[in-house]
Amino acid sequence: MKSTRKRDRSPKTYTRLTHPLVRDSRDEPFRRATWEEALDRAARGLGAARGAFGMFSCARATNEMNYVAQKFARVVMGTHNVDSCNRTCHAPSVAGLSAAFGSGGGTSSYEEIEHTDLIVMWGSNARFAHPIFFQHVLKGIHNGARMYAVDPRRTSTAEWAESWLGLNVGTDIPMAHAIGREIIHAGLVNEAFVRRATTGFEEYRELVEPWTLSLAEKVTGVPAAAIRELAHAYARAERAQLCWTLGITEHHNGTDNVRALVNLSLLTGHVGRYGAGLQPLRGQNNVQGGGDMGAIPNRLPGFQDILDPAVRLKFESAWGTALQPRHGMTLTEMFEAMEDGSLRAVYCIGENPAQSEADSGQAVRRLSGLDFLVVQDIFLTKTAELADVVLPATAGWAETDGTTTNSERRVQRVRRAVAPPGEAREDIDILCDLAARLGHDWKYADAEAVWNELRSLSPDHHGMTYGRLEEHQGIQWPCPSIDSLEPPYLHGRLWEADAQRRGRPAPFGIVQHDPPVDLTDEEYPIRLTTGRRLDSYNTGVQSSGYSSPLRRGESVELCPEDAEHYGVVVGEEVRVTSRRGSVLAPVWVDTALRPGLAFMTFHFPDEVDTNKLTIEANCPIAGTAEFKASAIRIEKLPAPGHVNRPAHPSRPTHVPHGTQVR
Amino acid sequence: MTVTPLGIPRRLLEFTLDGEPVRAPEGATILDACRAAGKDVPTLCEGDTLTPKNACRVCVVEVEGARTLVPACSRKAEPGMEVRTGTERARHARKVVLELLASSVDLSTTPRAAEWIKEYEAKPDRFGPDAARVDEEPRVDNDLYVRDYGKCILCYKCVDACGDQWQNSFAISVAGRGFDARIAVEHDGPLTESACVYCGNCVEVCPTGALSFKSEFDMRAAGTWNESAQTRTTTVCAYCGVGCNLTLHVQDNEIVKVSSPHDNPVTHGNLCIKGRFGYQHVQNRD
Repeated sequence: MKSTRKRDRSPKTYTRLTHPLVRDSRDEPFRRATWEEALDRAARGLGAARGAFGMFSCARATNEMNYVAQKFARVVMGTHNVDSCNRTCHAPSVAGLSAAFGSGGGTSSYEEIEHTDLIVMWGSNARFAHPIFFQHVLKGIHNGARMYAVDPRRTSTAEWAESWLGLNVGTDIPMAHAIGREIIHAGLVNEAFVRRATTGFEEYRELVEPWTLSLAEKVTGVPAAAIRELAHAYARAERAQLCWTLGITEHHNGTDNVRALVNLSLLTGHVGRYGAGLQPLRGQNNVQGGGDMGAIPNRLPGFQDILDPAVRLKFESAWGTALQPRHGMTLTEMFEAMEDGSLRAVYCIGENPAQSEADSGQAVRRLSGLDFLVVQDIFLTKTAELADVVLPATAGWAETDGTTTNSERRVQRVRRAVAPPGEAREDIDILCDLAARLGHDWKYADAEAVWNELRSLSPDHHGMTYGRLEEHQGIQWPCPSIDSLEPPYLHGRLWEADAQRRGRPAPFGIVQHDPPVDLTDEEYPIRLTTGRRLDSYNTGVQSSGYSSPLRRGESVELCPEDAEHYGVVVGEEVRVTSRRGSVLAPVWVDTALRPGLAFMTFHFPDEVDTNKLTIEANCPIAGTAEFKASAIRIEKLPAPGHVNRPAHPSRPTHVPHGTQVR
Repeated sequence: MTVTPLGIPRRLLEFTLDGEPVRAPEGATILDACRAAGKDVPTLCEGDTLTPKNACRVCVVEVEGARTLVPACSRKAEPGMEVRTGTERARHARKVVLELLASSVDLSTTPRAAEWIKEYEAKPDRFGPDAARVDEEPRVDNDLYVRDYGKCILCYKCVDACGDQWQNSFAISVAGRGFDARIAVEHDGPLTESACVYCGNCVEVCPTGALSFKSEFDMRAAGTWNESAQTRTTTVCAYCGVGCNLTLHVQDNEIVKVSSPHDNPVTHGNLCIKGRFGYQHVQNRD
């Protein structure tokens, strides 16, 4: 019998933080401190930085924790500078959807995709990144739905597609506009819906008019016939679902990309009905909920607008404080403000921006330049290593009570199953202790008390008592009433015959194509795109904890043609260089790629720091960086320190038997 | 507008169960009606998230007018039917099924098997010591789950869960026919060379413990596995934004395995590798 071998590229494993850590200056090592001392130091450091403070809240923690964190920023520190890693992934989806519909959530439910006629998976490898959502997609396919995959890579999602449209990275808007133009020219527009429920159609028609199928073929690299087929299939379907992930949002014009997709649903009326809708698939367990709870700089809890005086008044009287009538800084803007010195202290809860931000070298430099950094986490992450005070917290999903909100807006109960290690404490208790030291005496008996305060302030969550959440196995927002439930889809109002009840019509987004900022040229001829693998997750802090038989460490994935061109084989280490940085990584060969396209993940930053290569070119509306498009070059190393084995392009997803990668 | 998912209203139909009139919604199986009436019919290959396979025949009941015994798990209730669950013939059939299974397969980790063997007075030993169908060691070829085919009753639930009913990975299938039939991955090799994606959805449905978490396997081997000392707490997965519900099985403050509620609208009892096995980071405590 074959015994299990430890792979040599097993990632760094993190152990839990069990007591607070402090230090007097950044040159010193950390020393263990009591909670008393650590909290006093944190309060002193933050108190000194009022007016130059930013809060990084945690898209991994509960709604209740996010509510208290944003309240801490707004009430104790008097700032709207609160944000989370939603900025690095789906902020464009929220911005794009709310520009069209006034609400930033996905419009459909998972169950609906089982009963739809057509599914478009755009920039989404859900088979790997959202496997259980994809099971609902597969049910839909087995029920007769046709699925189209739009993705530069021929992913394992695309394997299930009717047709795969392998567009060039960053040409989503030309593709969407060409589909829109074809729908208009073929007379397949849902005219009644466009007339009654939308505005700006004429302008949109002019906008897309130049995007003929042949021009789109030239720009996107996808045959005109395939684009035409998708356009007709989408427009003719009785019900269609348009799903996307970070392939759409992680671009310097991510919000524009989202709006270009939303336009297609407006053109055809594929929104606001059962089985017809728009579904951005969220990447963190509570990235939806963090934003819903107000841990974003432009919204108060319940996705309520800071600029609305009536909303502010409600929160001001509930919280006994004055709220500034303007937006705070996004995560991206906060990092820029570190550069010019206007942001001097950060309270970072459960985030690892030192490794998750694009251009990580720059992020580390900026964090190191802060006057004061408090990190509250369950591990000593790379970000925590830069801190003045480190506070050990509990793991939201297994060690605390509360709720999280998923991609279909379903608020579900999280329950404490294990006791936290050592002196680790719950985030909410830590926040309240700090608030008390800074003059605000908050008393919450438990997570439910926090939730009930939120319910009293957010109409969309008002009907969700803990009792009802338990009874219904989660409830989707909006849920204004404690007696009834709303439909599983949003924006049914757009179909009302009465103009009053129909409300604000959805505007077409007038957005132009803008190619990726980091252009390929002779020096950097390869387009690098990034994504997730099935068994690993984000910066790997969590997923490195278990031993996955599928894991083979980080590598730069090339198509067989490029591997041959550079004369490199599987496992051979090469130098990968972009205009910002350079890393060494072993080669992997994947037939899902094509010449000129390479793929990497950021799951193993301690071995290969992929974000040294990515570009911090940000979406001006949402602040999300262009992780999906960098220009790189591949260099074969002079000394052959590699495993001398041929590539196995025929079995790209499996480790060839007996080959130890690196 | 209130939309509580009621489904299409279903007509209730009447039939007789062990002499008593019962009503069951149209489309319900005899097993559904038995459970609703509080009758304890044993099942092995039946799975609440899977299409009935009719493989094990331990749930057979007698239907008036039917030539053969019928499997309660798949036969739909019909109006006017007369069903008897405890007749001599049905009980004898169950007894023989249990004898054949327990003599050829290790049922020591099958929930309730010992209880049923006693209730139906089954005597698996009467076939002698050589009746075991598979004689091999458990296959430990990865750190996540173990395959012990000495406990496999060939119910096909893992094949269906891995195949088109849920996971659609098609890594598991039945190899061989007749007495040689067995569950296997491609070329009967190790999992690590198969199409397996380690979602563990086969482990979730396995009725006998032939498929088990490596953590459970190791603890059983060490004699430390103690289900009565375990708590089960349902929470939400800490990875992507799909929001899968996880039930954490905890013994001595350690997560020892993870399942998912079968009636959950997000998962229907299914998880991916991260949700099912990626919990260790919380308990890397020193």
